[in-house]
Amino acid sequence: MIRALLSDDPPKSRLLAALLVLILAGLAAAPFVFPGAAALNTAAKICIFIVLVASYDILLGYTGIVSFAHTMFFGIGGYGVGLSLYFLGPGWPVVALGIVVALVIGVVLALAVGLVSLRVKAIFFAMITLAVASAFMILTTQLSEFTGGEDGRTFRVPELLRPTTRLFEEPFLGTAITGRVLAYYLVFLSAVALFLLALRLVNSCFGRVLQAIRENEMRAEALGYRVVYFRTMASCLSAALAVMAGAMSALWLRYTGPETTLSFAIMLDVLLMVVIGGTGTLYGAVIGATLFILAQNYLQKLMAMAAAATEGIPLLPRLLHPDRWLLLLGVLFVLSIYFFPTGIAGKLAGRGRGPAA
Amino acid sequence: MSAPALETRDLTIRFGGHVAVNAVSTAFRTGELTAIVGPNGAGKTTYFNLISGQLPATSGAILLDGEDITGLGPAARAQKGIGRAFQITSLFPNLTVHENVRLAVQARSRRAAHLWSLWSDHREWIARADRALEEVNLVHQRGTLAAALPHGDKRKLEVAIMMALEPRVFMFDEPTAGMSVDEVPVILDLIARLKARGDKTILLVEHKMDVVRSLADRIVVLLNGVLSADGDPATVTASAIVREAYLGQSPAASAGGGHG
Ligand SMILES: Nc1ncnc2c1ncn2[C@@H]1O[C@H](COP(=O)(O)OP(=O)(O)OP(=O)(O)O)[C@@H](O)[C@H]1O
Ligand SMILES: [Mg+2]
Repeated sequence: MIRALLSDDPPKSRLLAALLVLILAGLAAAPFVFPGAAALNTAAKICIFIVLVASYDILLGYTGIVSFAHTMFFGIGGYGVGLSLYFLGPGWPVVALGIVVALVIGVVLALAVGLVSLRVKAIFFAMITLAVASAFMILTTQLSEFTGGEDGRTFRVPELLRPTTRLFEEPFLGTAITGRVLAYYLVFLSAVALFLLALRLVNSCFGRVLQAIRENEMRAEALGYRVVYFRTMASCLSAALAVMAGAMSALWLRYTGPETTLSFAIMLDVLLMVVIGGTGTLYGAVIGATLFILAQNYLQKLMAMAAAATEGIPLLPRLLHPDRWLLLLGVLFVLSIYFFPTGIAGKLAGRGRGPAA
Repeated sequence: MSAPALETRDLTIRFGGHVAVNAVSTAFRTGELTAIVGPNGAGKTTYFNLISGQLPATSGAILLDGEDITGLGPAARAQKGIGRAFQITSLFPNLTVHENVRLAVQARSRRAAHLWSLWSDHREWIARADRALEEVNLVHQRGTLAAALPHGDKRKLEVAIMMALEPRVFMFDEPTAGMSVDEVPVILDLIARLKARGDKTILLVEHKMDVVRSLADRIVVLLNGVLSADGDPATVTASAIVREAYLGQSPAASAGGGHG
């Protein structure tokens, strides 16, 4: 049963499995064990980024395609749902409409970029995605009448998901079941479902061909696999999953804007998460997203504590000042690449199938 | 006499000023094993690349069962039944030996690109891949990553991949090059068995003249990209052109002396 759910691709080591179960349990119980809006926000962000990073790994880790346009699809999902709710008012059919429209736009765009440029060398493809993503971001901020420009759009979500909603009169297990908690579980369950879907895709007959193309494009072609078809298909599927992550993000934040969905800072975060977690294994996405977002949110607090503790010692408190958190993150990143070149999940899985590099 | 399965007409490729394959016209019949010989740089591999589509022809035509396939890409040609084992081993390094072969088995199916059906569900494909591995004595390595194989086993895997593809035209490009002496018979037996089936077209590039003489129905000689001799093994190996240009000496002296 579990094997089938995991598409016959269970974690390759006990330690990795234990870590994944821990993360799953933590996320599943988050509203009850980690009190406070900030903690729930972190948990929701982890769920959303697990989907986004996993979808990116289908491209980078499984197929060997480098794309910088991934946040564009994340943004399309966010704006699709966000603008639908903004203009048409809250309601589940509106959410569904937004998702469908965003999926169509995302997949068509991925198809167009793929067909035009997946024949060319990898480096040119990466450049083209960079150009398309920039153009899309400029377009989005320029069409401010429609998109709200730099400010983005704040909108109302369906009644059930609003903070003022109470599912029960009494708190359950000490936690009031508000619309926020329901929204969190919507995000969490969507993430689980989309992750399992992605796992299924990479372990299908199709998925193994993607790996073959990553490993040796010429050989795959000589066996009769049309490489351009497979690459384009992988781009579209990955785009669709990113759109879904964007939709989840919009529903959770009740806001959509260029900063939160389209910016290159997010693209960079996704790249870091996928590399830290380990490319070519979707479990790496779970580990990478979780560690990175936890670090992003709690490293500063940890550093403030460390700085206070080391007061009096020269230099150290200044290095540990919370403003230096990015520096520390960078150091951690370099160390993790150095010690785990195949990513944490890759390391834990032993000699798993890492990327060609 | 059966109709030719594969035919090249004035097949030519030019790299800048260098004509690597020069107007080669010949045909290969079903059930026939043709050895293609010639010195290093003669254009044998390039000729194969033209047939299987890795290189586009400058001019000329390639016909498979009378159908012009010159305009098709390598994937389409593979689907039409042209199989290739490369001189420079070309594997999927970070996939297992079994996965390497299994990808070839799967490539033949119309469900090859199925999005939903699980890779691990196809019992029959798994069994077929194992059979291909048996043919080259590689079953014991099925779980090893291709990159981790010793050189000889990589060469065997290269051949196993083509066997698993079950093409109609088999193109072996120096399949035993770099193999240790005791490994060579595995491959030669396999080619002999394949030939005995009588329903395949086999092209074999091979430097070892004893191998060529024992297996080939016919020998084609390439010199500087030009088809210079064509006939049964006895006649061709005895001909002046081969003795001088290719063997450099008497044919007997070069028997077993492989290179490349
Ligand atoms: N892609 C290419 N670009 C330029 N020149 C090429 C290319 N491929 C092959 N050649 C040239 O074509 C000629 C024929 O090479 P080819 O590899 O076909 O020889 P071969 O008969 O297979 O030799 P060997 O016995 O060493 O394998 C050589 O001079 C080679 O340098
Ligand atoms: Mg050659």
